[in-house]
Amino acid sequence: MPPRITSGAELAKCPTGIAGLDEITNGGIPRGRPTLICGSAGCGKTLFGIEFLVNGAMQGEPGVFVAFEERPEELAQNVTSLGFDLERLQKQKKLFVEYIHVERSEIDETGEYDLDALFFRLGDAIDTVGAKRIVLDTLETLFSGFSNEAILRAELRRLFRWLKDRGMTAVITAERGDGALTRQGLEEYVSDCVIVLDHRLADQVATRRLRVVKYRGTRHGTNEYPFLIDKDGIDVLPITSIGLTHEASTERVSTGIPDLDAMLAGGVYRGSTVLVSGTAGAGKSSISSHVAKAACERGERCLIFAYEESPQQILRNMRTIGIDLSTYVRNGLLRCIAERPTTFGLEMHLATIHKAIRDYSPRILIVDPITNFFSIADPKEVKAMLMRLVDFLKLKQITAVMTSLTSGGQALEATEAGISSLIDTWLLLRDVEANGERNRAMYVLKSRGTAHSNQLREFVLTSKGVKLIQPYLGPEGVLTGSSRVAQEAKESAAIAKRREEAGRKRRAIERRMKTLDTEIAALRLEMSAEHDELERLASEETVWQRQVATDRMAMATSRKSAAAVTGRRPARVRRRKQEGIVP
Amino acid sequence: MTKKAAAVPKPKKTKDTSDDSWNLRLYVVGQTAKSVAAIANLKKFCAEHLDDRYTIEIIDVAADPKIARRDEIVAIPTLVRKLPVPVRKIIGDLSNTDRVLVSFDLRARS
Repeated sequence: MPPRITSGAELAKCPTGIAGLDEITNGGIPRGRPTLICGSAGCGKTLFGIEFLVNGAMQGEPGVFVAFEERPEELAQNVTSLGFDLERLQKQKKLFVEYIHVERSEIDETGEYDLDALFFRLGDAIDTVGAKRIVLDTLETLFSGFSNEAILRAELRRLFRWLKDRGMTAVITAERGDGALTRQGLEEYVSDCVIVLDHRLADQVATRRLRVVKYRGTRHGTNEYPFLIDKDGIDVLPITSIGLTHEASTERVSTGIPDLDAMLAGGVYRGSTVLVSGTAGAGKSSISSHVAKAACERGERCLIFAYEESPQQILRNMRTIGIDLSTYVRNGLLRCIAERPTTFGLEMHLATIHKAIRDYSPRILIVDPITNFFSIADPKEVKAMLMRLVDFLKLKQITAVMTSLTSGGQALEATEAGISSLIDTWLLLRDVEANGERNRAMYVLKSRGTAHSNQLREFVLTSKGVKLIQPYLGPEGVLTGSSRVAQEAKESAAIAKRREEAGRKRRAIERRMKTLDTEIAALRLEMSAEHDELERLASEETVWQRQVATDRMAMATSRKSAAAVTGRRPARVRRRKQEGIVP
Repeated sequence: MTKKAAAVPKPKKTKDTSDDSWNLRLYVVGQTAKSVAAIANLKKFCAEHLDDRYTIEIIDVAADPKIARRDEIVAIPTLVRKLPVPVRKIIGDLSNTDRVLVSFDLRARS
């Protein structure tokens, strides 16, 4: 709620306890004043009154029900099916049922009279239980009981003033008249608050609606609001009263498919709305089932609204892809409500969802599919309805997955353009048709506040659920199905071939190296042979020189020649030196 | 004239019941003008038309509203003829004697 200046002068209000009505009226009907409830037969006026009193009794405000039409026993019986135990409340002195019966045929009139006895009876009833609330159902019956209308009108005027003086918050019911709110013009006396109930047929679908026609001194919703009457009584749906003031969570919620979470940078935001769109058989329900299962595994409640399949059918089908939801249905974490869209009007569907959410308070809501609504209303209305639903879900921080069926021939992205602005994450499922196959692929078209993947990913439905396949980008874009498999095979063959080629080359080089090694060994052998030869030569030379020297010494000794004195080498040595044999 | 008129219903009444006695109850509220007028008018009517064959019970609803509930009284004043049957109710201050006579079948409806 936006901040509001509350002044002390503002009208005191009395909460009716009727779900939704107190929101429309910003707190209830005017306290201590009469409120007129008008509507045609069977639109829920009496029930409105009873619920107002029963809720008051629960909150410590006893009430008086003044029945002009139904006997107390009938009344009690009629509302027992709605869970109201009037007899118990009467025993507890929280409720008083005053039956006012005027039988015209038994009564003659002569002269002046007033309705003092009625006042005393009401006063006694009010005092008996200490009532703060009173319902007069249906006051107009008095007009058929008395012939003097002038007296009656004066008395009614006095009655309303009297009720005001006693501080009674009163609800007066009245039948709808031709061209007027009430047959007897009661709106003339009750000018503070007028609520009209309506039950009308549109396209063979009946919808109950409520409208606050007038509420003096306060602001209130002026739209027509649909309402339900079910086992819990009246339920007004003030869905249009919600604005864009919801919280924005940063918590991520897993989709139950790890690869998809990765594409969404960790999952979708809590309280966001996810649209899963695709053609028939694209896998929309399977993906939503994953979300449901993941929620239940986390211990969060999940509510599924199915407009195509029965709950049993969904459970069976999901079991075949390894998603067993039946245990969660049994332990109460999962609730599945299946309805045909044509069962009732759009407003009623919204109302039903609204109520189911309030009763069950799920964290995850799945609507499968929203496109079925288009069969009962025109797209503009559906959009308005979905907007209200999305607003409500965001307010409640419920993460929603809505599936949308794209029919063949339509542009995938154009169909939901009308509602695309409402949703936060849009997962597009598409069929990739090639080589006589139809394969599934998904793509994150948008995801607000998320650095999401830009890849088109193929996925398959396995016996263990949805499985995303590593993307394979071929020369002509993403390859899917068997062409992907073929391409992968081709690639691995090429790799094998390369590997083989490399091996062959390596082996050739190794062989050459081995040959070289052998050659090196032979050369080394040759080298050492040369070396040996060299050493042999050197030692021969030494022996020879030593011999020469010895010879010379011997000669010198024998000849005493001058050769030893001059030191010159003999000619044979010089020659050898020139040939490089001696260093 | 009124005494003669009272003589007229006698054979009619014997048709209705063997017991001639009338049992009348008048519901009033305190001493309001209408109540006072009604009491006076009733007494006058009885004296003129019913001789001594009647009993009048005047009930003040203000003193005991629960009685009004039991007898399903809404308007004040209300005169209820308990006997002879059928039970008849007349509301108003009974100022129009002719209407009362008609209501109580003491005079044929025109």
